[in-house]
Amino acid sequence: MAHVGAPRWLMGLFLAAVLTSGTARAQEPVRIGFVTFLSGPAAGPFGVPARHAAEAIAESLNAGKGPAPHNARGFGGRPVELVVIDEAGGTTKQVSEFRNLVERQNVDYVIGYISSGDCLAIAPVAEEVKKITVLFDCGTPRIFEEASYKYVFRTRPHATMDAVAAALYLLETRPGVKSYAGINQNYAGIDQNYAGIDQNYPGGQDSWNDFTMAMGVLKPEARVTTSQMPKFGAGQYGAETSALMQSGAEVIHSSLWGGDLEAFIMQAGPRGLFKKSPLVLVAGEPYLHRLGSAVPDGTIVGARGTNGVFALDGPLNSWLRDIYRAKAGHEPTYPAYSAANAILGLKAAYEKAKVAKLQRAIPMGANRGVKEETEKAYASGPSDEELIAAFEGLIFASPSGRMTMSLGKGHQAVSGTAYGTTRLVDGKVTVTDIKRYSLEKVQPPEGMASADWIKGGMKPAK
Amino acid sequence: MNQIPAILIDGIIYSSWLFVIAVGLTLIYGVMKILNVAHGSLYALGAYAATAFGGYWIAHGYPPLGSYGMLVVAAIAVGLTAGPLIERGLLRLVYGKEEVVLVLVTYAVFLILEDLTKLAFGVDPLSIPQPYGLLGSIEVGDLIYPTYSLVLVLLSVVVGVGLAMTLNRTRHGKILQAVIHDREMAAATGIDVNRVYLVTFTIGTALAALGGALTAPTISVQPGIAAEVIVLAFAVVVIGGLGSLGGAALGAVIVGMVRAWAVHKWPEVELFSVYAVMAAVLVMRPKGLFAVPEARKI
Amino acid sequence: MLREHTTRILLAALAILLGAGPFLPKWAMFMLNVSLSWGTVVLGMMLLMRTGLVSFGQGLYYCLGAYAAGVLYAKLGIGDIAVMLLASATVTVAVSTVLGLLLAKYRDIFFAMLSLAFSMILFGLLVKTSELGSTDGFGLSVTSVAGVPLAEGWDRYAVFASAVVVAFGAALGMQRYLDSHTGRLAGAIRDNELRVEYMGASVRRVIHLNYVISAALAGLGGGLVGITIGHVDPEMAFWTTSGEFVFIAILSGTGNVLAPFLGATIFETVRSFAYEYSPNTWQLVLGITMLLVIMFLPGGLWSVFTRRRAA
Repeated sequence: MAHVGAPRWLMGLFLAAVLTSGTARAQEPVRIGFVTFLSGPAAGPFGVPARHAAEAIAESLNAGKGPAPHNARGFGGRPVELVVIDEAGGTTKQVSEFRNLVERQNVDYVIGYISSGDCLAIAPVAEEVKKITVLFDCGTPRIFEEASYKYVFRTRPHATMDAVAAALYLLETRPGVKSYAGINQNYAGIDQNYAGIDQNYPGGQDSWNDFTMAMGVLKPEARVTTSQMPKFGAGQYGAETSALMQSGAEVIHSSLWGGDLEAFIMQAGPRGLFKKSPLVLVAGEPYLHRLGSAVPDGTIVGARGTNGVFALDGPLNSWLRDIYRAKAGHEPTYPAYSAANAILGLKAAYEKAKVAKLQRAIPMGANRGVKEETEKAYASGPSDEELIAAFEGLIFASPSGRMTMSLGKGHQAVSGTAYGTTRLVDGKVTVTDIKRYSLEKVQPPEGMASADWIKGGMKPAK
Repeated sequence: MNQIPAILIDGIIYSSWLFVIAVGLTLIYGVMKILNVAHGSLYALGAYAATAFGGYWIAHGYPPLGSYGMLVVAAIAVGLTAGPLIERGLLRLVYGKEEVVLVLVTYAVFLILEDLTKLAFGVDPLSIPQPYGLLGSIEVGDLIYPTYSLVLVLLSVVVGVGLAMTLNRTRHGKILQAVIHDREMAAATGIDVNRVYLVTFTIGTALAALGGALTAPTISVQPGIAAEVIVLAFAVVVIGGLGSLGGAALGAVIVGMVRAWAVHKWPEVELFSVYAVMAAVLVMRPKGLFAVPEARKI
Repeated sequence: MLREHTTRILLAALAILLGAGPFLPKWAMFMLNVSLSWGTVVLGMMLLMRTGLVSFGQGLYYCLGAYAAGVLYAKLGIGDIAVMLLASATVTVAVSTVLGLLLAKYRDIFFAMLSLAFSMILFGLLVKTSELGSTDGFGLSVTSVAGVPLAEGWDRYAVFASAVVVAFGAALGMQRYLDSHTGRLAGAIRDNELRVEYMGASVRRVIHLNYVISAALAGLGGGLVGITIGHVDPEMAFWTTSGEFVFIAILSGTGNVLAPFLGATIFETVRSFAYEYSPNTWQLVLGITMLLVIMFLPGGLWSVFTRRRAA
């Protein structure tokens, strides 16, 4: 068994060539189910921007135009095909549709779910049918804190970060704050089925609970004046506005979103509420460009991570912005970044697994059968086991920055986040005074529940 | 700080809004015995039309005060097109079926309109904020209210009184009441019931659209608003007694006041308030507060 | 004619479904599983409709049944399908016996609206209960059937088979009931209550009984959906869930105890393929389907069979 070692650099070159150019013959596409709201109130602010981003990214990757390190065509040379379905309809329908995607449409992977309720219902099913599923936009920490999964990944940090960073930012910019109030949807994070027209309320109650808990630790003397949880007002916030005005709070925390947030700002603004009590909008970023001059000056906004206006300049970020603008006609907001994180994370894991597989197919020093073995390995793509092994604990580059899959036994992404304050400049809303928080400051360490971590004083993860 | 005046004012504003969105529903039920689930969709259409008409008006730099006119024009336009289209094109084919089947027919219309409005206007929220701020605001104690809201209160009173006068004092109104009381008898006396239905449904549609058009400046118009409104309108109408104009007014006041009270005093129960009131009223008065007497048939 | 065959058809369906289950594609088995569970709920609605009542609040019992099964698993660690379904039925019978005292007095739209109000109150209560996951709900799973532990990989089939057995039992029982003296009163009450009273029967008692039966079936259906989906949430009590059951009931027609299952299967199939082939306009597809059925098949889908018989 005399082996003449093939030079390592040669093999590396060969691998790179295989990965980036693809083989001559047509490749079977990687079919990805993409589940996002296409109808109902969550479609406009979240669902459709995510879909636009996903489609733009798939087209760009298939054309081989992704920037490094995502410059391989499609997924490791195979084109990507998206099967888009509507997330509306509630958990019962979504579980059915998930099974249909997997078992009838035979998709290779599933990326999806904005509603926390849907994510909680889908995760065990994904595990049962053994289908790699990337949750892309839901926020509830319960997913990986209450269970552990092999096939389920989430490529956005969970929502505890948003509430904790909001409290940190508020106290840094207004150290003397003595009272605050809240207006949040009366929802933990579910969607509500209206005859198939769905409403999704990402974390109204959760967000407020985490925020008050964090404030209680950081500034115990600040008091809550009122907590409004509107639901059946159909967008009429007159009484809530009066109650908030009379409560005299120094700031108002809100995780309202979509049309509800816009209606609240449109109704309460002219009544002078925000002059008395500025807003802290945990997820206010997607509305800035839409509301324009209606956004009160001095509003504290976040984007659920370093997304949108908080994303640092770089080739990946400008790539996403360019292709998204070309598709949707405006700047990408955070749901577009969530979609990008999921697709690029899956792609990075796929390609890492493929490289590992190719390296195994060509044992160091082999000179015979290299071509055959490589082609065989190449033709089949990584198995699910190989992909999972590559995905767990993966660190990958995305338009939001560096994402680390470190919580939930390597299945839950973490990243730093940022908050800022709005200022109207020449009729355009800009975000100033941006403060960034490293991930240790805003996220619990592995194995600790978010609520316990906040109550325990939010000690930085080691 | 005194909350009572605030609760009263907020309650009145909300009640008048409820009345405007519910009055068309009760009118259609009274005359046609159809509980129109698509009422919410027509409200949404009115709101969308208001952003289109009002937006056009303002984009062309016409006098801003005229945008109020455009809101009304939008409502009438929706009423005159969607009303006859649905009544002649669809409802006419199913009259005589059971009440619950008719509810299902309008539910189907609701589903269809939901997608059609999405295809026509997209999923992004639309808005027409100008009319809301144009009239300035009024200070009441430590609170500031936009004049627009107070104008809405007056307007709902005008709509209510106008409808009541039409029903009770005019010939058309009497004909309508005859149909409400007993359709077959009315037909036997030579009343053209089909025409009455067409006119009623058109007016009901226009009222739903008016509700939407007047609300449009205060909200962002987006998919899903139809479903939010219809449950509230149902509750108001059922509490008051289906088909009763006065009942709708009283139902609106009760729901509006209870909700305003809940928001100020006990925000945790806001979620239940409407349904708790509805259940309580129905338990005490099984047919609502002002049940419309039905012709006895053996 | 068909009616006499119903028992035979039911037995054949039971045998075929149980036998074919393991060989069906998984998605098809799942879809059938959900359809059978919904069919069970709609069977109860059918009984109410035969009595002349339409409930817009059947979600109350559907949700209660699902939560009863879910709480057993999540709080007490009991994952036995039979025990869970028994709990679903018990809880719903208890609640409906109490509420029925009140609701049996109501008719028409007021019955519909009061039942809707009750189910919305349950919705509100569950949303406020953070111990039960608030609006997100919580997950559940199954471990055994009537004490027999489930073999690895057979839990899906066990759930499916339970749905088949429950649906079969419900349909057969319903047919027997409809043929009984009390069961036959349903149609009579719908036509003319006064006459029924003159005959010496208590309208209220019959309505109350039918209400409890329909609630128990809704509870069983909810329990089945809970263990099928593996997740329960308050949305099951939301008015649109009840609206969907009314939708399926009208689609099915009240002609035969098989109709609700057929209707539920067709509804679920149409909806699922509409999701797949027109993700942007599936509501339009559903709405038009419904209008077509109402216009051309006024007796529901079941009338296709009865018409052929008449021809």
